[in-house]
Amino acid sequence: MFRFIVRRLLQMVVTFFGATFVVYALMFAYVDDPYQALVGDRPITDAQRAALDARFHLDDGFFQQYWHYIRGLLTGDLGETITGRSIGDLLAQAWPVTIRLALLSIVIAAVVAVGAGVLSGIRRGGAFDTVTLVLTLIVLAMPIVVLAPLAQLVLGIQLGWFPPTAGRDAGLYELLLPALVLGSLVIATELRVTRTSVAENLRADYVRTARAKGLAPKRVIGVHVLRNSLIPVITLIGVDIGVLMSGAIVTEGVFNIPGVGFNLFRGIRAEDGPLVVGFVSVLIIVFLVINLIVDLVYAALDPRIRYE
Amino acid sequence: MTAPLLDVRDLHVEFRTREGVARAVNGVDLRLHPGETLAVLGESGCGKSVTAQAIMGILDTPPAHVTGGQVLYQGVDLLRLPENERRKVRANRIAMIFQDALSALNPVYTVGFQLAELFRVHRGTSRGDAKRRAVELLDMVHIPDAKRRVKDYPHQFSGGMRQRVMIAMALALDPEVLIADEPTTALDVTVQAQIMRLLAELQRERNMGLMLITHDMGVVADVADRIAVMYAGKVVEEAPVYDIYARPAHAYTKALLESIPRLDHKGRALNVIRGLPPALTDVPRGCAFHPRCAYAREICRQETPPAYQIAPQRIASCHFVREVLGV
Repeated sequence: MFRFIVRRLLQMVVTFFGATFVVYALMFAYVDDPYQALVGDRPITDAQRAALDARFHLDDGFFQQYWHYIRGLLTGDLGETITGRSIGDLLAQAWPVTIRLALLSIVIAAVVAVGAGVLSGIRRGGAFDTVTLVLTLIVLAMPIVVLAPLAQLVLGIQLGWFPPTAGRDAGLYELLLPALVLGSLVIATELRVTRTSVAENLRADYVRTARAKGLAPKRVIGVHVLRNSLIPVITLIGVDIGVLMSGAIVTEGVFNIPGVGFNLFRGIRAEDGPLVVGFVSVLIIVFLVINLIVDLVYAALDPRIRYE
Repeated sequence: MTAPLLDVRDLHVEFRTREGVARAVNGVDLRLHPGETLAVLGESGCGKSVTAQAIMGILDTPPAHVTGGQVLYQGVDLLRLPENERRKVRANRIAMIFQDALSALNPVYTVGFQLAELFRVHRGTSRGDAKRRAVELLDMVHIPDAKRRVKDYPHQFSGGMRQRVMIAMALALDPEVLIADEPTTALDVTVQAQIMRLLAELQRERNMGLMLITHDMGVVADVADRIAVMYAGKVVEEAPVYDIYARPAHAYTKALLESIPRLDHKGRALNVIRGLPPALTDVPRGCAFHPRCAYAREICRQETPPAYQIAPQRIASCHFVREVLGV
């Protein structure tokens, strides 16, 4: 197990540098004239250009710029946005609320998806299975740009069950509605995967053995089927946590949550290279750490992986 | 003869699927006595495994439905017991081992857990005691270094060792009846012999009734006391093992025996039974074997042959028993 973790950590280092390099290169190619983006329509003097060049090393070559960036990153200095704000500070403000939002929505999604998925997997073709099938199809078909404002309007404003917006310091209750909306992105797939996995495992030979051992159906499913069925679901949930943290642009926008997606969207629009690269770098680390945790859980669930 | 431990009477099982009703078991009669080994022999799809799973009560319903008959265990009809009573019969009274021990064991739990589970669920044994019992069981089936191996997972065992684990699991609660569904089919020949020897040894020690389901005539000859030959969901011939090899009384049994490759027939074409077993959705009228039978005549197409008692303990369902026997 120890060697497994060490090997994974080494892989993470390589992946991290590879991914940041690609993101940096893409942003380098994308940014056309950041000065103009910064000042808007007003003219910009050569002296101002020179000052900005010196500050952001924009007259250096690509590799020199990348080197500056990596050096800063390794010393914990993420630099400044082109509007002069510390990226470290921005991250510190954006991440807590995004993490709360993503975790809350993944917990809701996973609990509902696994619960309902197991039930419909056991009774495939039954009434419950059919109803969940229809519901998940509706949720899958509904784009979040429709679902988020709709939920805000109906549940937040008309019925008044939830606060319609959540700010930077939103508590769990304020985040509940955005979390539900965000969770709907992943709940359908998680549910379908759980259902298929349970149905498949129910037909497995070891289930027949468990029944031949005189175990009650509750134990056959709860102990024998569940652990085997959750292996693919856990992987999916892990990937989904990353998706939810980075993909909350619309939801964060609608509910006015100044999180990671919100900042990233702003950075891309403003051609703010340092901002985008800084946020994406942290996202990459988050993705890698989550994937490591998923692999560890995976190995804990499935002994066949541990010894390969 | 003593009263049978297990007495299966006129058992019917059908699978109701969208494609139609498959009659997998059509009136099976079997008896198993303490200390006896009954081999149930037949081709794939003849209903032998379904019969075994119906006895255990572990068929998937739906699609499988037991539509008639009795399964008497010490005089009690298991088919009429409520499910929670029947559950206590499994593993405690009647246990079963399966063909492929790799898929039949749960891949994500240690063999120790899967063995100890039986004591914990059925006997309420404490965790520590159950673990000790698990080690004893592995010792009983001659797995070396049992104390350490109890912590291993199924994929860490070899095929033969895994089947030993299966046997240990089946015998954990000292059942009176063991049903072995092709226990050695997935193993190579030398390991097959070891497993069969182990089964025979444990059976003798415990005076257990062993129902051995197989399609391997070689395995049968070595260990069985009696043989029941199945075809299309029916027992077509039942006899003591020596008699059946010496003088088969059913045309199907005879054809089966003639299709075994023999060294003294080297160079000659192998006898085969032409055609395929019937689809269970469409079992032929009359004698189900008639389309493939060398003895078949008009009566075989029209009338289901009755079970002829041709000697004490010998039954054959063939219109031409005399001809097949050659008397």
